[in-house]
Amino acid sequence: MIYDLLIAPFAEDAAMRHALAACIALAFGGAPIGVFLVLRRTALIGDALSHAILPGVAIAFVFAGFSLLWMTVGGVLAGLAVALLAGATARLTPVKEDASLAAFFIISLAIGTLLVSAFGTDEDLLHVLFGKVRELTPQAVLTIASIATGSMAILALIYRPLIAECFDPGFLRSAGRAGALVHAVFLSLVVLNLVGGFQALGTLMAVGLMMLPAVTARFWAETAGGQIAVAVGLTVAAAVTGLLASFHAATQPEASIVLVAGVFYVVSLAVGPRDSIAARLIRLRHLEA
Amino acid sequence: MVGPVVSLDNLTLGYRRHPAVHHVTGSFAPGSLTAIAGPNGAGKSTLLKALAGELKPLSGRIRLDGVRRRDIAYLPQLAAIDRTFPMTVLDLVALGAWRSAGLFGAIGKADMARVLRAIETVGLGGFEARTVGTLSGGQLQRALFARVLVQDAKVILLDEPFAAIDQHTTSDLLAILQRWGSEGRTVIAVLHDHEAVRAHFPQTLLLARECVAWGATAEALNAEHLLEARRMCEAFHDDAAVCAA
Repeated sequence: MIYDLLIAPFAEDAAMRHALAACIALAFGGAPIGVFLVLRRTALIGDALSHAILPGVAIAFVFAGFSLLWMTVGGVLAGLAVALLAGATARLTPVKEDASLAAFFIISLAIGTLLVSAFGTDEDLLHVLFGKVRELTPQAVLTIASIATGSMAILALIYRPLIAECFDPGFLRSAGRAGALVHAVFLSLVVLNLVGGFQALGTLMAVGLMMLPAVTARFWAETAGGQIAVAVGLTVAAAVTGLLASFHAATQPEASIVLVAGVFYVVSLAVGPRDSIAARLIRLRHLEA
Repeated sequence: MVGPVVSLDNLTLGYRRHPAVHHVTGSFAPGSLTAIAGPNGAGKSTLLKALAGELKPLSGRIRLDGVRRRDIAYLPQLAAIDRTFPMTVLDLVALGAWRSAGLFGAIGKADMARVLRAIETVGLGGFEARTVGTLSGGQLQRALFARVLVQDAKVILLDEPFAAIDQHTTSDLLAILQRWGSEGRTVIAVLHDHEAVRAHFPQTLLLARECVAWGATAEALNAEHLLEARRMCEAFHDDAAVCAA
């Protein structure tokens, strides 16, 4: 019974296994990035950057056809161009990062739309943009896992300066020139993980899987490290639950996964142990000191 | 007599061509404690920012002798720090071990011992695991002083370190300043409280956009100089002529 419900779908269906592997990789790669985006108070940057990579993917599709490699390259290039231009603008001029990002991703989106409409569109294109987690090839899973592995390694390397940059950018500035580099590397990681995510979930849902568990984690853990651990766990749990729901109830898998993550958020917002609505309502007797 | 560690050479600083610090020349001796005093808008914070390397001079220059940019610790006013960030006091102070640990290296036993000692010195023993969001303003300032202690900087820049800090904390932190001076570190602090300046800072730079007086505190803060500083004109003029000096 439990086997049929929870294990069999993965044991007997290779596509479900591929989907699960991809989502676990996305959890380890993307969730920590999401936590940092939240800590930097730039939670919506993921959303903007996902729009920025979309034209790159579309252009690659127009010129190279349905090629995973070229669509990945196109997405990374478009996303990096927007992220780094926006980051550099924010550092060198008084324009704030969110404003300059808003400007550049709209430009990117417009260029993409122009090119795609000029060179024709295809049904498959929509498919690419909205993902298909249960039709992933082993090659796609490998790509996603490689991106996640690289992302984790780089994040581990820049962890301390990144924390310093979020908390007290002035200190990092006075301590050396590392701030700008760390900033650029971090934005590149956001782009990389979104490109990894779009292959599984589509560009829009990929943001959901990156951000929802990250926002949820603050209701459970106090430190940055703790929040990252919680976010990774929540992402895996959402993936398993969402995939099972799509298997048993034939729901759309990508949306199911993100929606489960959404349920986690709402529940945590209501009853999570830290700063939730319940935690505010329930007043424990105060301590002596 | 050793030469100055930081000297200002006809330094003019400002924003969008308007000078906030105008043709200031002078120097800071190693191990000296100098207060920068003056009315609001006198250019005190601007001068500190430039000394920290965050602002390029409009003209003139800042010369460093025997110290590198990274030997300078800069503590800006409290507002610049994100206090909602989930960081513990230990992590905050450990950031000061930056130079010996490098950007990416682990913090070794010796550094960690220095971090714990610094936390003890500023009177925050037992607060190591507290997050910065739970600290009071005074406790946060103590933690930031501990970070400067760990940084082991040769030149220490403090921007209004005692604003909104109570008497008890202020006197604790002043004791740390004195110690820095006796260890040969150069301390430059923007301060408003003239009494505290007279009591604890042998040197004073009285700034009112121009340098009004720079030297021994008693002389620099005499009635005549203070009156002159108060007459400083705060306004900028969009149609101001190009400075000939």
